[in-house]
Amino acid sequence: MALTRDQIAQRVALELQDGFYVNLGIGIPTRVANFIPQGIDVMLQSENGLLGMGAFPTEAEVDADLINAGKQTVTMVAGASIFDSAESFAMIRGGHVDLTVLGAFEVDVNGNIASYMIPGKLIKGMGGAMDLVAGADNIIVTMTHASKHGAAKLLSHCTLPLTGKGCIKKVLTDLAFIEIKAGKFHLLERAPGVSVDEIIKLTQGELVISGEIPEMQF
Amino acid sequence: MSGFDKVVHSYEEAMAGLTDNMTIISGGFGLCGIPENLISEIKHKGTRGLTLISNNCGVDDFGLGLLLPARQIRKIIASYVGENAEFERQMMSGELSVELTPQGTLAEKMRAGGAGIPAFYTATGVGTPVAEGKDERQFNGRSYILEEAIVADFALVKAWKADRYGNLIFRKTARNFNPLAATAGKITVVEVEEIVEPGQLDPDEIHTPGIYVNRLIQSTFEKRIEQRTTRAAGE
Repeated sequence: MALTRDQIAQRVALELQDGFYVNLGIGIPTRVANFIPQGIDVMLQSENGLLGMGAFPTEAEVDADLINAGKQTVTMVAGASIFDSAESFAMIRGGHVDLTVLGAFEVDVNGNIASYMIPGKLIKGMGGAMDLVAGADNIIVTMTHASKHGAAKLLSHCTLPLTGKGCIKKVLTDLAFIEIKAGKFHLLERAPGVSVDEIIKLTQGELVISGEIPEMQF
Repeated sequence: MSGFDKVVHSYEEAMAGLTDNMTIISGGFGLCGIPENLISEIKHKGTRGLTLISNNCGVDDFGLGLLLPARQIRKIIASYVGENAEFERQMMSGELSVELTPQGTLAEKMRAGGAGIPAFYTATGVGTPVAEGKDERQFNGRSYILEEAIVADFALVKAWKADRYGNLIFRKTARNFNPLAATAGKITVVEVEEIVEPGQLDPDEIHTPGIYVNRLIQSTFEKRIEQRTTRAAGE
C-alpha cells in the first residue's frame, strides 16, 4: 500500500536526531513535527524569523505577531529565539540547519529539483525554497512517487523550471525511500506491501536495485 | 536635541515627497508586521507607477493588495505572491511586471543596500531561471551568482516600540524584513504602536538604531491574520 501523507511524515521523522535544528516546508513536511520520536529534542526553524516553533496556539493564545512561514499562527517553545529575515537566511545559507524537509513537483537523477513553478499555471514564487535547497547539505524531499494519472515525477531530467541544481540526495515518496548518487536513483526501502516492480514502473530515471530491498519500518 | 526627534503627526507628513514612479521597500511577511497605515496613505494619495520591493503583495483587500485596483504598482520584486486574485490577473495580462526573487536573496539585497555593498555572490538560484543573465563565478569549487543590492526612495517599516529618536524594537515574528527595509530607504518612514522618550528603551534591546530612521508616526493597527490556525485548549 502506498503511504498516507502522515506515514510519509512518520518515516521522515525517523531521520531526526537529538539536537537537530530542522526546517520543515509547507504540506507533508509540516506534519513531521507531529511524529518526533520520544527522547529526541529538535528545534524547528521557520524562515520568517523564528527558531523554536511550537504547536498551534489555543484560541486564547493567538497572536497576530507570531506566525510561521505558511502564515499560520503558532507558538514558541522554551528556548526559542526571534530574528530578522537576513539572519534567518544566514542560518540557512550558511549551512547551520541540520535537516531540511520540503516538497517537490519533480526530482531527477542528477539531484535537480523543480518545486516552485508550472509555467502558465502556477506562478506564485519560490519563497525561501531556493535558499533552502542551495544552503542545506542534508535535505529530504517528500512527494508522491507519480501523478494521479501515473506520470513519473522521478525523472532523468526535470521538465519544469528548477528550484535548485544538483542539491538533492534523498527522496521519500509514498512508495519508496530513494537516494540519489552518481547520476542515478538508488532504491533503499519500499513502502510496506509495495513491490519493487511497481516502483520501477513509476520511476522514469535510472533506478538501481541492489539486493533485497527492505520494507520501511515505522 | 530636537534635531533627532523623528516624530511626525500626520500620515500626509509621513509620506511627503512620494511621487509617481518612485521605488518603495516595504517590511512585512504576509500580513504580519506590515506598515498597514502607510500603505493606506499611498492608496489615498493615488501615487502611480510604483516599483515595490516586498516579500509578498498582501491580499485583495489588505496590505499592498490595496494598491492593485487603481493600478498604482508598475512592478513588484517579491519572493511569493500567491494569495491575491487581482494580482494574478494583472500579472497574467502583463499590466503588472513581477520579478520573483528568492526570499533570502531579497533579504540580503536589502541588507547589502543599506550597508553600502553594491552586490554579493550567492549559491541560491544557480542553475535556475533566477540565474539568467547574471554573472556566475566559482569560489572553492562551487558556483555562485552575482546579485545586486537594493536601495529605494522610500522604505516603509512597522515596529512595535520606538523612542522619539527613532530607536526601534520589533515584536515577535513581526520583525521579519522590517529591520532590513529600515536600512535601505533614502527616506525611511516607521509606524509604531508606542512612542516613548529617549532613555526609556534599554540600549541593549534596540533592534534598529535611530540613525536609519527619518520619520516616525504612532498609530493603531488592525493586524489582520492570514491563516488563523488553532488547537483545542488542553490538547
